[in-house]
Amino acid sequence: MKAGVGRIDAKFAALKDEGRAGLGVFITAGDPDARTSAAILKGLPGAGADMVEFGMPFTDPMADGPAIQEASQRALKAGMTLKGTLALVRGFRQDDKTTPIILMGYYNPIYAYGVDAFISDALDAGADGLIVVDLPPEEDDELCIPALKRGLGFIRLATPTTDDKRLPKVLTNTAGFVYYVSIAGITGTASASSDMITGAVERLKRHTDLPVCVGFGIKTPDQAADVARVADGAIVGTAVVNAIKDSLDGDGSATDSTVSDTLAFVKTLADGVRGARA
Amino acid sequence: MASPAPANSLRSGPDENGHFGIFGGRYVAETLMPLILDVDAAYKAAKLDPEFQREFEYYQKHYIGRPSPLYFAERLTDHFGGAKIYFKRDELNHTGAHKINNVMGQALLARRMGKTKVIAETGAGQHGVATATACALFGMECEVFMGAEDVQRQKPNVDRMRLLGAKVHPVTSGSSTLKDAMNEALRYWVSKPDTHFYIIGTVAGPHPYPAMVRDFQSVIGIETKAQMMEAEGRLPDTLVAAIGGGSNAMGLFHPFLDDTDVALIGVEAGGYGIETDKHAASLTGGRPGVLHGNRTYLLQDEDGQITEAHSISAGLDYPGIGPEHSWLHELGRVEYVAVTDDEALESFALCTRKEGIIPALEPSHALAHVGKIAGGLPKDHLIVMNLCGRGDKDVDAVIPKLEAKGLL
Ligand SMILES: Cc1ncc(COP(=O)(O)O)c(C=O)c1O
Repeated sequence: MKAGVGRIDAKFAALKDEGRAGLGVFITAGDPDARTSAAILKGLPGAGADMVEFGMPFTDPMADGPAIQEASQRALKAGMTLKGTLALVRGFRQDDKTTPIILMGYYNPIYAYGVDAFISDALDAGADGLIVVDLPPEEDDELCIPALKRGLGFIRLATPTTDDKRLPKVLTNTAGFVYYVSIAGITGTASASSDMITGAVERLKRHTDLPVCVGFGIKTPDQAADVARVADGAIVGTAVVNAIKDSLDGDGSATDSTVSDTLAFVKTLADGVRGARA
Repeated sequence: MASPAPANSLRSGPDENGHFGIFGGRYVAETLMPLILDVDAAYKAAKLDPEFQREFEYYQKHYIGRPSPLYFAERLTDHFGGAKIYFKRDELNHTGAHKINNVMGQALLARRMGKTKVIAETGAGQHGVATATACALFGMECEVFMGAEDVQRQKPNVDRMRLLGAKVHPVTSGSSTLKDAMNEALRYWVSKPDTHFYIIGTVAGPHPYPAMVRDFQSVIGIETKAQMMEAEGRLPDTLVAAIGGGSNAMGLFHPFLDDTDVALIGVEAGGYGIETDKHAASLTGGRPGVLHGNRTYLLQDEDGQITEAHSISAGLDYPGIGPEHSWLHELGRVEYVAVTDDEALESFALCTRKEGIIPALEPSHALAHVGKIAGGLPKDHLIVMNLCGRGDKDVDAVIPKLEAKGLL
């Protein structure tokens, strides 16, 4: 079975054969606690997620709005670490060999872990790609190049501020897919219009043959469907994290319905994406 | 601003990508990257433009009131009974601290770039006040991000910002202090890439900020050199400055980096003491990591999570430090020490009573270290301490503490 970038490529090839876009779901590792997070993760493919963006919690998530900041806080408070995050990936991989897991977060915890050890351990656990928000192409030597050399995908973010002149630089050394951040802003705030997303995806497609996924600001099944009509994938983060939050008790602890409520919401998104090109 | 550095100079950093050795760089989200490259290009062009230079000097002189005096602190010199102590009086600047030196430079740059809206983070509020001031002067819109805890402990500055027409956003995420204010300012900037200029208040952030802020603050050291030559006919022996992000210290030190006979000492905030983990001494008690756009020494746990800083001084209460300081620390060119909250408070009271100058809590840290070393140095040893801010903003917070200690 293919691992690393290969697993991402295989997934997008399969989606292409099915004639549909994929749904990427973001959750924060260890939110609200390790055991619940493992159960949600395990249930995601069954609920219709084609790919998982697995957030590595960080105290200072510079590109995230309050919802994902709080998810990080909940996870850290419950004791989640980068080692713990990789253990969750390993657990997931025991049963699921096809759903790509993209580790998403910020550089400092990886730097503290040690870049080489992290790449080895992430691949060994069964992670396939990385999105590290605060590593632009200017800092590719840090992690991107070493990761690519070992077959761990490095997925770059392109944004509304990435103009045509800069785009080639952003697309160099990216593997797996390109993540289009549909708004200039942080997670969990505004949403872009379908027209703007369509235009942006078309622009990216002129520059790359890689699949293009769109995220930031997709909150509803309808919005996910709109994106799924024009892009290769729709990625939903804040709305899923909010579903987790809404299921918690007053102390921020998991309840009996946390896993089922979250997966039920993911299913509505998946239905949106799967129905988009019907 | 400083003249170009010769080859092999310690003043020639950073490299093209903003690295001082392994420190510095540009670790920001892609959304910000084009903006930062714009700022870099605009600053490069401005540096070479005599008109920009002229404007900068005009406002330094006529608006800020530079040069600030180099003052012989005779009574404190007698009190400690050793080295001759001079104060670089940047607390006399318009708005009451060194922060405005940098702000005028960046505000002029923003104006050149056609930006009419400005954001800033602030800890003690001095950078926020300076930014609000420049924005009033240039007719720009100003929004300042300030930790909710700092809004409480530096209230006079919050009022000043409001009077000057700035909007103050209290930040309640994380520890509600400077680090979180900077996170929030960066998050806000990401959402306003076309219209807003971010005036960073210290020698931190992504390249070109650490170098740019240093260049604007270097006026402190350049003046000190000339003033000391005039006063004593030679360079000083030791320079001492407090370190939050490190801008007043870098401004004083940078012109002296190649004068290797001049000892340079940066004073970090030791809070309740380095051994307690409740401090803000990133070099003394941290290790290298990446935050707020650069690699530098940070207070963090095993897992790379940033830990909360603590200092009595809101301006020093930051878990990082400018990358050039990290580099100078590893090179050993600058010595970094820490001073506790209590030591700073005592120096605050001492300076007020002996010299009739109410210092800000930040330079009170520098003075506490001067007090530790001056007595053991010969009488012809020349110390310059950066008195980088005045203490009006701290009066409300300090009085109950001094009363509790029997110092008032
Ligand atoms: C008077 C004064 N000194 C020092 C500082 C710390 O900043 P830096 O280390 O950049 O000079 C501040 C910050 O608010 C300040 O107001």
